[in-house]
Amino acid sequence: MSYIEPRDRKPMMIAIASGKGGTGKTTVATGLAVSLAADRKQDLPASSPPLFLDCDVEAPNAHLFLKPVFEERQEVGILIPQVDEARCTHCGKCAEVCQYHAIAVLGKKTLVFPQLCHGCGSCTLMCPEEAITETLDVMGLLERGPTPSGVDFARGVLNIGEPMAVPVIRQLKRWAIPESDQDVIVDASPGTSCPVVEAVRGADFLLLVTEPTPFGLHDLRLTVEVARELNIPAGVVINRDGIGDLGVEEFCNVKGLPILLRIPFDRSIAEGIAQGKTLVEIYPDAISLFQQLFSWIVNGVQRNFYPVSD
Amino acid sequence: MKIILTTVSPDIESELDPRFGRCGYLLIVDPDTLEWQAFPNPRVAAPGGAGIRAAQFVTDQKCEAVISGDYGPNAYNALKAAGLPMYLFGSCHTPREAIERYKTGQLELLAAPAGRGRRGW
Repeated sequence: MSYIEPRDRKPMMIAIASGKGGTGKTTVATGLAVSLAADRKQDLPASSPPLFLDCDVEAPNAHLFLKPVFEERQEVGILIPQVDEARCTHCGKCAEVCQYHAIAVLGKKTLVFPQLCHGCGSCTLMCPEEAITETLDVMGLLERGPTPSGVDFARGVLNIGEPMAVPVIRQLKRWAIPESDQDVIVDASPGTSCPVVEAVRGADFLLLVTEPTPFGLHDLRLTVEVARELNIPAGVVINRDGIGDLGVEEFCNVKGLPILLRIPFDRSIAEGIAQGKTLVEIYPDAISLFQQLFSWIVNGVQRNFYPVSD
Repeated sequence: MKIILTTVSPDIESELDPRFGRCGYLLIVDPDTLEWQAFPNPRVAAPGGAGIRAAQFVTDQKCEAVISGDYGPNAYNALKAAGLPMYLFGSCHTPREAIERYKTGQLELLAAPAGRGRRGW
Protein backbone atom coordinates (compact mmCIF):
# COMPACT_ATOMS: atom_id res chain seq x y z
CA MET A 1 0.00 0.00 0.00
CA SER A 2 1.27 3.46 -0.86
CA TYR A 3 0.63 6.43 1.37
CA ILE A 4 1.48 8.93 -1.31
CA GLU A 5 -1.11 11.07 -2.99
CA PRO A 6 -1.97 10.54 -6.66
CA ARG A 7 0.31 12.19 -9.17
CA ASP A 8 -2.10 14.99 -10.05
CA ARG A 9 -0.78 16.92 -7.08
CA LYS A 10 1.75 19.73 -7.47
CA PRO A 11 5.38 18.57 -7.01
CA MET A 12 6.94 19.51 -3.70
CA MET A 13 10.22 21.07 -2.72
CA ILE A 14 11.12 19.94 0.79
CA ALA A 15 14.19 21.44 2.45
CA ILE A 16 15.89 19.70 5.34
CA ALA A 17 17.69 21.97 7.81
CA SER A 18 18.91 22.15 11.40
CA GLY A 19 20.71 24.75 13.40
CA LYS A 20 22.98 22.19 14.98
CA GLY A 21 25.41 20.17 12.92
CA GLY A 22 25.33 16.38 13.12
CA THR A 23 21.65 16.09 14.04
CA GLY A 24 20.84 13.85 11.07
CA LYS A 25 19.83 16.15 8.21
CA THR A 26 21.51 13.97 5.62
CA THR A 27 20.18 10.78 7.27
CA VAL A 28 16.63 12.11 6.95
CA ALA A 29 17.12 13.67 3.48
CA THR A 30 18.67 10.55 1.94
CA GLY A 31 16.13 8.24 3.60
CA LEU A 32 13.26 10.35 2.29
CA ALA A 33 14.72 10.51 -1.24
CA VAL A 34 15.30 6.74 -1.44
CA SER A 35 11.78 6.06 -0.14
CA LEU A 36 10.20 8.38 -2.73
CA ALA A 37 12.29 6.75 -5.48
CA ALA A 38 11.13 3.28 -4.35
CA ASP A 39 7.52 4.37 -4.56
CA ARG A 40 7.97 5.88 -8.06
CA LYS A 41 9.21 2.56 -9.46
CA GLN A 42 5.66 1.19 -9.22
CA ASP A 43 4.10 4.14 -11.06
CA LEU A 44 2.50 3.58 -14.45
CA PRO A 45 3.22 5.48 -16.59
CA ALA A 46 6.66 6.06 -15.11
CA SER A 47 7.02 9.38 -13.25
CA SER A 48 10.23 11.32 -12.70
CA PRO A 49 12.49 10.24 -9.84
CA PRO A 50 12.94 12.66 -6.93
CA LEU A 51 15.66 15.26 -7.39
CA PHE A 52 18.10 15.43 -4.48
CA LEU A 53 20.09 18.65 -4.10
CA ASP A 54 23.07 18.53 -1.74
CA CYS A 55 23.30 22.26 -0.94
CA ASP A 56 25.90 21.82 1.82
CA VAL A 57 28.46 22.97 -0.73
CA GLU A 58 31.22 23.58 1.84
CA ALA A 59 31.15 19.96 2.97
CA PRO A 60 28.82 17.91 0.75
CA ASN A 61 28.51 14.31 1.96
CA ALA A 62 25.12 12.94 0.82
CA HIS A 63 26.90 11.23 -2.10
CA LEU A 64 28.56 8.91 0.43
CA PHE A 65 25.11 7.44 1.17
CA LEU A 66 23.38 7.70 -2.21
CA LYS A 67 26.44 6.80 -4.37
CA PRO A 68 25.52 8.67 -7.56
CA VAL A 69 27.30 8.27 -10.88
CA PHE A 70 27.88 11.82 -12.12
CA GLU A 71 27.08 12.33 -15.78
CA GLU A 72 26.93 16.12 -16.04
CA ARG A 73 29.38 18.69 -14.71
CA GLN A 74 29.44 22.48 -14.80
CA GLU A 75 31.97 24.95 -13.41
CA VAL A 76 30.36 27.91 -11.67
CA GLY A 77 31.38 31.19 -10.16
CA ILE A 78 30.66 34.87 -10.36
CA LEU A 79 31.40 37.44 -13.06
CA ILE A 80 34.08 39.79 -11.84
CA PRO A 81 35.11 43.07 -13.50
CA GLN A 82 38.20 43.50 -15.60
CA VAL A 83 39.22 47.10 -16.30
CA ASP A 84 40.65 48.20 -19.63
CA GLU A 85 43.18 50.78 -18.41
CA ALA A 86 43.39 52.31 -21.91
CA ARG A 87 39.71 53.29 -21.82
CA CYS A 88 39.42 54.04 -18.08
CA THR A 89 39.33 57.75 -17.24
CA HIS A 90 39.50 57.05 -13.47
CA CYS A 91 36.24 58.88 -12.90
CA GLY A 92 35.52 56.70 -9.85
CA LYS A 93 31.87 55.84 -10.65
CA CYS A 94 32.58 52.10 -10.34
CA ALA A 95 34.08 52.48 -6.86
CA GLU A 96 31.19 54.71 -5.82
CA VAL A 97 28.51 52.14 -6.65
CA CYS A 98 30.33 49.09 -5.29
CA GLN A 99 28.68 48.06 -2.01
CA TYR A 100 31.55 45.72 -1.18
CA HIS A 101 34.54 47.99 -1.90
CA ALA A 102 35.77 45.43 -4.39
CA ILE A 103 36.90 48.08 -6.86
CA ALA A 104 38.89 51.21 -6.05
CA VAL A 105 40.14 54.12 -8.10
CA LEU A 106 43.46 55.23 -6.69
CA GLY A 107 44.79 58.21 -8.57
CA LYS A 108 45.58 56.94 -12.04
CA LYS A 109 44.92 53.33 -11.25
CA THR A 110 41.72 51.27 -10.96
CA LEU A 111 42.13 48.18 -8.84
CA VAL A 112 39.82 45.14 -8.55
CA PHE A 113 39.75 43.00 -5.38
CA PRO A 114 38.21 39.71 -6.62
CA GLN A 115 37.84 38.21 -3.12
CA LEU A 116 35.45 40.98 -2.11
CA CYS A 117 33.44 41.00 -5.36
CA HIS A 118 29.89 39.61 -5.20
CA GLY A 119 29.47 39.68 -8.98
CA CYS A 120 26.51 42.08 -8.96
CA GLY A 121 27.62 43.85 -12.16
CA SER A 122 26.92 47.40 -10.91
CA CYS A 123 30.38 48.68 -11.86
CA THR A 124 30.06 47.37 -15.42
CA LEU A 125 26.64 48.93 -15.73
CA MET A 126 27.71 52.33 -14.37
CA CYS A 127 30.99 52.73 -16.29
CA PRO A 128 30.44 55.65 -18.72
CA GLU A 129 33.47 54.62 -20.82
CA GLU A 130 32.45 50.96 -21.18
CA ALA A 131 35.94 50.14 -19.92
CA ILE A 132 34.79 47.17 -17.81
CA THR A 133 34.30 43.66 -19.14
CA GLU A 134 33.34 40.68 -16.96
CA THR A 135 35.19 37.39 -16.65
CA LEU A 136 34.10 34.24 -14.85
CA ASP A 137 35.87 33.68 -11.54
CA VAL A 138 35.40 29.95 -10.93
CA MET A 139 34.34 29.21 -7.33
CA GLY A 140 33.04 25.67 -7.55
CA LEU A 141 31.61 22.75 -9.44
CA LEU A 142 28.09 21.44 -10.01
CA GLU A 143 27.53 17.70 -10.63
CA ARG A 144 24.45 15.65 -11.46
CA GLY A 145 23.75 11.97 -12.06
CA PRO A 146 21.52 9.04 -11.08
CA THR A 147 21.94 6.80 -8.01
CA PRO A 148 21.45 3.01 -7.90
CA SER A 149 18.36 3.60 -5.75
CA GLY A 150 16.78 5.67 -8.53
CA VAL A 151 17.33 9.17 -7.18
CA ASP A 152 18.25 12.04 -9.53
CA PHE A 153 21.20 13.45 -7.55
CA ALA A 154 22.88 16.85 -7.88
CA ARG A 155 25.33 18.69 -5.71
CA GLY A 156 27.50 21.78 -5.55
CA VAL A 157 31.10 21.76 -4.36
CA LEU A 158 32.73 25.00 -3.24
CA ASN A 159 36.43 25.21 -4.06
CA ILE A 160 38.79 25.19 -1.07
CA GLY A 161 39.64 28.70 0.04
CA GLU A 162 36.58 30.34 -1.54
CA PRO A 163 34.77 32.47 1.04
CA MET A 164 31.29 32.63 -0.52
CA ALA A 165 29.02 29.58 -0.68
CA VAL A 166 25.84 31.40 -1.71
CA PRO A 167 26.62 31.85 -5.45
CA VAL A 168 27.32 28.12 -5.81
CA ILE A 169 24.07 27.17 -4.01
CA ARG A 170 22.05 29.66 -6.04
CA GLN A 171 23.46 28.33 -9.30
CA LEU A 172 22.99 24.69 -8.27
CA LYS A 173 19.29 25.41 -7.76
CA ARG A 174 19.09 27.13 -11.16
CA TRP A 175 21.14 24.53 -13.01
CA ALA A 176 19.46 21.36 -11.74
CA ILE A 177 16.00 22.34 -12.97
CA PRO A 178 13.45 19.71 -11.91
CA GLU A 179 11.02 18.12 -14.36
CA SER A 180 7.45 19.37 -14.08
CA ASP A 181 6.43 16.34 -11.98
CA GLN A 182 9.64 16.02 -9.99
CA ASP A 183 9.74 16.38 -6.20
CA VAL A 184 12.86 18.08 -4.85
CA ILE A 185 14.66 17.23 -1.61
CA VAL A 186 17.10 19.94 -0.51
CA ASP A 187 19.80 19.01 2.01
CA ALA A 188 20.97 22.29 3.58
CA SER A 189 24.10 23.03 5.59
CA PRO A 190 23.88 23.45 9.38
CA GLY A 191 23.44 26.88 10.91
CA THR A 192 21.15 29.79 10.10
CA SER A 193 23.32 32.03 7.94
CA CYS A 194 23.23 33.03 4.27
CA PRO A 195 23.98 29.57 2.76
CA VAL A 196 21.06 28.03 4.69
CA VAL A 197 18.69 30.83 3.68
CA GLU A 198 19.73 30.41 0.03
CA ALA A 199 19.27 26.63 0.21
CA VAL A 200 15.79 26.66 1.76
CA ARG A 201 14.47 29.68 -0.17
CA GLY A 202 11.49 28.72 -2.32
CA ALA A 203 10.83 25.43 -0.51
CA ASP A 204 7.21 24.38 0.07
CA PHE A 205 8.09 22.86 3.42
CA LEU A 206 11.00 22.97 5.84
CA LEU A 207 11.79 19.81 7.76
CA LEU A 208 13.81 20.65 10.87
CA VAL A 209 15.91 17.83 12.25
CA THR A 210 16.83 18.11 15.90
CA GLU A 211 17.77 16.01 18.89
CA PRO A 212 15.97 16.13 22.26
CA THR A 213 18.74 17.88 24.16
CA PRO A 214 19.28 21.48 25.33
CA PHE A 215 21.76 21.88 22.43
CA GLY A 216 19.25 20.63 19.89
CA LEU A 217 16.55 22.89 21.33
CA HIS A 218 18.76 25.97 21.31
CA ASP A 219 19.56 25.60 17.63
CA LEU A 220 16.02 24.49 16.70
CA ARG A 221 14.73 27.80 18.06
CA LEU A 222 17.04 29.70 15.70
CA THR A 223 16.05 27.62 12.66
CA VAL A 224 12.35 28.09 13.38
CA GLU A 225 12.98 31.83 13.22
CA VAL A 226 14.48 31.37 9.75
CA ALA A 227 11.38 29.41 8.66
CA ARG A 228 9.07 32.10 10.04
CA GLU A 229 11.09 34.88 8.43
CA LEU A 230 10.86 33.13 5.04
CA ASN A 231 7.17 32.22 5.53
CA ILE A 232 7.82 28.52 4.99
CA PRO A 233 5.66 26.02 6.89
CA ALA A 234 7.84 23.80 9.08
CA GLY A 235 7.75 20.51 10.94
CA VAL A 236 10.18 18.66 13.17
CA VAL A 237 12.00 15.34 13.08
CA ILE A 238 13.35 14.24 16.44
CA ASN A 239 16.45 12.14 15.95
CA ARG A 240 18.10 10.11 18.73
CA ASP A 241 14.68 9.98 20.38
CA GLY A 242 14.91 8.64 23.93
CA ILE A 243 17.89 10.66 25.11
CA GLY A 244 17.96 14.10 26.73
CA ASP A 245 14.88 15.87 28.05
CA LEU A 246 11.40 17.09 27.07
CA GLY A 247 12.46 20.64 26.13
CA VAL A 248 12.10 20.11 22.38
CA GLU A 249 8.61 18.60 22.74
CA GLU A 250 7.44 21.48 24.94
CA PHE A 251 8.86 24.00 22.50
CA CYS A 252 7.10 22.30 19.55
CA ASN A 253 3.80 22.35 21.47
CA VAL A 254 4.08 26.05 22.24
CA LYS A 255 5.05 26.93 18.67
CA GLY A 256 2.48 24.69 16.99
CA LEU A 257 5.24 22.75 15.25
CA PRO A 258 4.18 19.22 14.26
CA ILE A 259 6.58 16.43 15.25
CA LEU A 260 6.38 14.33 12.08
CA LEU A 261 8.93 11.62 12.71
CA ARG A 262 10.95 10.16 15.57
CA ILE A 263 14.09 8.20 14.92
CA PRO A 264 15.11 6.16 17.97
CA PHE A 265 18.54 6.34 19.57
CA ASP A 266 19.77 2.98 18.36
CA ARG A 267 23.23 1.52 18.07
CA SER A 268 22.46 -0.35 14.85
CA ILE A 269 21.51 2.94 13.14
CA ALA A 270 24.81 4.53 14.17
CA GLU A 271 26.71 1.47 12.95
CA GLY A 272 24.90 1.45 9.61
CA ILE A 273 25.48 5.16 9.02
CA ALA A 274 29.15 4.70 9.85
CA GLN A 275 29.23 2.18 6.98
CA GLY A 276 27.62 4.62 4.54
CA LYS A 277 24.17 3.05 4.62
CA THR A 278 20.91 4.97 4.36
CA LEU A 279 18.27 4.49 7.02
CA VAL A 280 16.26 2.46 4.50
CA GLU A 281 19.16 0.06 4.01
CA ILE A 282 19.51 -0.31 7.78
CA TYR A 283 15.77 -0.75 8.40
CA PRO A 284 13.81 -1.56 5.19
CA ASP A 285 10.59 -0.77 7.10
CA ALA A 286 11.71 2.86 7.22
CA ILE A 287 10.46 3.22 3.63
CA SER A 288 6.84 3.21 4.72
CA LEU A 289 7.60 5.66 7.56
CA PHE A 290 9.25 8.08 5.14
CA GLN A 291 6.39 7.66 2.67
CA GLN A 292 3.94 8.41 5.44
CA LEU A 293 6.01 11.44 6.45
CA PHE A 294 5.93 12.65 2.85
CA SER A 295 2.19 12.14 2.66
CA TRP A 296 1.66 14.19 5.84
CA ILE A 297 3.78 16.97 4.44
CA VAL A 298 1.95 17.01 1.10
CA ASN A 299 -1.51 16.90 2.67
CA GLY A 300 -0.63 19.48 5.31
CA VAL A 301 0.90 21.92 2.84
CA GLN A 302 -1.98 21.59 0.38
CA ARG A 303 -4.50 22.32 3.12
CA ASN A 304 -2.39 25.05 4.77
CA PHE A 305 -2.44 22.95 7.91
CA TYR A 306 1.06 23.91 9.10
CA PRO A 307 1.28 27.45 10.48
CA VAL A 308 3.90 29.83 9.09
CA SER A 309 3.79 32.15 12.12
CA ASP A 310 3.60 31.76 15.91
CA MET B 1 51.52 69.09 1.57
CA LYS B 2 49.09 66.81 3.43
CA ILE B 3 49.66 63.56 5.24
CA ILE B 4 47.08 61.31 6.86
CA LEU B 5 47.14 59.57 10.26
CA THR B 6 44.75 57.13 11.89
CA THR B 7 43.45 58.19 15.32
CA VAL B 8 41.05 57.09 18.02
CA SER B 9 39.34 60.51 18.41
CA PRO B 10 39.19 63.68 16.26
CA ASP B 11 42.15 65.60 17.74
CA ILE B 12 45.85 66.04 16.99
CA GLU B 13 46.53 65.23 20.66
CA SER B 14 44.39 62.08 20.37
CA GLU B 15 45.74 58.58 20.74
CA LEU B 16 46.94 57.06 17.45
CA ASP B 17 44.81 54.16 16.17
CA PRO B 18 46.93 51.16 15.16
CA ARG B 19 44.37 49.88 12.63
CA PHE B 20 44.32 51.49 9.19
CA GLY B 21 41.07 50.22 7.65
CA ARG B 22 39.15 50.17 10.90
CA CYS B 23 40.51 53.26 12.60
CA GLY B 24 38.11 55.62 14.38
CA TYR B 25 39.19 58.80 12.59
CA LEU B 26 41.32 59.79 9.65
CA LEU B 27 43.30 62.91 10.53
CA ILE B 28 44.66 65.04 7.69
CA VAL B 29 47.63 67.16 8.83
CA ASP B 30 49.89 69.70 7.18
CA PRO B 31 53.25 68.73 8.72
CA ASP B 32 54.69 72.26 8.37
CA THR B 33 51.88 74.28 9.95
CA LEU B 34 50.33 71.39 11.98
CA GLU B 35 46.91 72.49 10.73
CA TRP B 36 44.60 69.50 10.92
CA GLN B 37 41.18 68.27 9.97
CA ALA B 38 39.54 65.06 11.23
CA PHE B 39 37.12 62.80 9.34
CA PRO B 40 35.25 59.96 11.02
CA ASN B 41 35.94 56.63 9.30
CA PRO B 42 32.56 55.70 7.86
CA ARG B 43 33.69 52.14 7.20
CA VAL B 44 34.80 51.35 10.75
CA ALA B 45 32.07 48.65 11.03
CA ALA B 46 31.81 47.60 7.38
CA PRO B 47 31.71 43.81 6.91
CA GLY B 48 34.58 43.92 4.43
CA GLY B 49 36.65 46.24 2.27
CA ALA B 50 37.21 48.83 5.00
CA GLY B 51 40.92 49.15 4.18
CA ILE B 52 40.21 49.65 0.48
CA ARG B 53 37.68 52.39 1.17
CA ALA B 54 40.07 54.12 3.57
CA ALA B 55 42.81 53.96 0.91
CA GLN B 56 40.33 55.42 -1.58
CA PHE B 57 39.70 58.28 0.86
CA VAL B 58 43.42 58.94 1.25
CA THR B 59 43.95 59.26 -2.52
CA ASP B 60 40.75 61.28 -3.01
CA GLN B 61 42.05 63.77 -0.40
CA LYS B 62 45.35 64.01 -2.34
CA CYS B 63 47.43 63.08 0.68
CA GLU B 64 51.07 62.24 0.03
CA ALA B 65 51.86 59.84 2.85
CA VAL B 66 50.07 57.65 5.40
CA ILE B 67 51.01 56.99 9.02
CA SER B 68 49.31 54.11 10.83
CA GLY B 69 50.11 51.10 12.99
CA ASP B 70 49.15 48.28 10.65
CA TYR B 71 47.94 47.80 7.07
CA GLY B 72 45.93 44.81 5.83
CA PRO B 73 46.78 43.19 2.49
CA ASN B 74 43.97 44.91 0.58
CA ALA B 75 44.83 48.34 1.97
CA TYR B 76 48.51 47.65 1.31
CA ASN B 77 47.86 46.76 -2.34
CA ALA B 78 45.58 49.74 -2.81
CA LEU B 79 48.00 52.26 -1.28
CA LYS B 80 50.90 50.71 -3.17
CA ALA B 81 48.98 51.02 -6.45
CA ALA B 82 48.40 54.67 -5.64
CA GLY B 83 52.15 55.05 -5.00
CA LEU B 84 51.70 56.29 -1.44
CA PRO B 85 54.39 55.64 1.17
CA MET B 86 53.06 53.77 4.23
CA TYR B 87 54.75 54.63 7.51
CA LEU B 88 54.46 52.81 10.83
CA PHE B 89 54.12 55.04 13.90
CA GLY B 90 55.84 52.46 16.09
CA SER B 91 56.16 53.65 19.68
CA CYS B 92 54.58 57.11 19.11
CA HIS B 93 51.41 57.88 21.05
CA THR B 94 50.02 61.06 19.47
CA PRO B 95 49.82 62.40 15.91
CA ARG B 96 51.97 65.37 16.95
CA GLU B 97 54.75 63.03 18.09
CA ALA B 98 54.49 60.90 14.91
CA ILE B 99 54.69 63.96 12.67
CA GLU B 100 57.82 65.19 14.45
CA ARG B 101 59.49 61.80 13.79
CA TYR B 102 58.18 61.79 10.23
CA LYS B 103 59.78 65.17 9.56
CA THR B 104 63.13 64.05 10.91
CA GLY B 105 62.96 60.79 8.88
CA GLN B 106 62.72 58.52 11.92
CA LEU B 107 59.55 56.61 10.99
CA GLU B 108 59.78 53.10 9.57
CA LEU B 109 58.49 52.57 6.02
CA LEU B 110 56.34 49.45 5.56
CA ALA B 111 57.74 46.79 3.24
CA ALA B 112 54.97 44.16 3.36
CA PRO B 113 51.42 43.93 4.76
CA ALA B 114 51.09 42.75 8.34
CA GLY B 115 47.59 41.35 8.92
CA ARG B 116 45.52 38.92 6.89
CA GLY B 117 42.62 41.26 6.15
CA ARG B 118 38.97 40.38 5.89
CA ARG B 119 37.78 38.41 2.90
CA GLY B 120 34.27 37.71 1.69
CA TRP B 121 31.07 38.53 3.56
